[in-house]
Amino acid sequence: MIDALPLWLAILVSVCVVVGAGLTMAGCLGLVRFPDFYRRIHAPTMGTSMGGGLILLASAIFFTVTGQRLVIHELVIFLFVTVTTPVTLMLLARATLFRDRIEEARETPPSDEAKD
Amino acid sequence: MRRLFPHPVLTGVLMVMWLVLQQSIGLGQILLGGAVATAVSLAASPILPERVRFRRLLSLLQLVAVAGIDIIRSNIAVLLILINPRAEPSAGFIKMELQLTNQFGLAVLACLLTATPGSAWLEYDGERNTVLIHVLDLADKDEWIATVRHRYERLLLEIFQ
Repeated sequence: MIDALPLWLAILVSVCVVVGAGLTMAGCLGLVRFPDFYRRIHAPTMGTSMGGGLILLASAIFFTVTGQRLVIHELVIFLFVTVTTPVTLMLLARATLFRDRIEEARETPPSDEAKD
Repeated sequence: MRRLFPHPVLTGVLMVMWLVLQQSIGLGQILLGGAVATAVSLAASPILPERVRFRRLLSLLQLVAVAGIDIIRSNIAVLLILINPRAEPSAGFIKMELQLTNQFGLAVLACLLTATPGSAWLEYDGERNTVLIHVLDLADKDEWIATVRHRYERLLLEIFQ
């Protein structure tokens, strides 16, 4: 461990954390701001892609430099988040599609089975 | 060898993951990680449909780079829509036909499209091999389809098929 943080590292890590957290927050605000379900599902992915990625990058840089050895297990977190987010998202989206088709809501693309 | 390692890529990835999590490349961890990875991939093999095979590693690296650039670009694009109070993004659905049929390739494409803000993979039809995508700011449908084809599907076809 080193005690005093060099200035360049402090700036780099802070920028990564603040920008990452800001993007995640913007994504959450988007969830509230957008008018319908399909548009809303796009906003939170900002937090799971670049927002979370930057925070994890900051963590990796910080602990690599202060611990003076390579710390990259943040990569595993990023991988799991990237792989699991679409699963939940698709589940929600398909449930909504299913409901919209039954209710015959406007602007819903028809199911292929319905055409046959 | 084939019976002990039915899924060499899975075994390798699990092993690397073990070492990264343990933060050590000592002999003990390599042996332990190897044993865990072999056991897990043997246990998982009944539910895995087929072997993962990377045909062109160069294309894989290219895909990672392209995906990284697109994630940054689309984050900025969605952020600009969000902070502009008068923006009314013309959202829309796209139904496109895919050439890609490999299950792992499709899974990677689904993760990529969903992980980039601004596009989401909604529904896949295995019989017709079509996919329904929702796009937040849909300016030109055909251009979008062409982008998916050229940027992602071409590389995925090279890697998996």
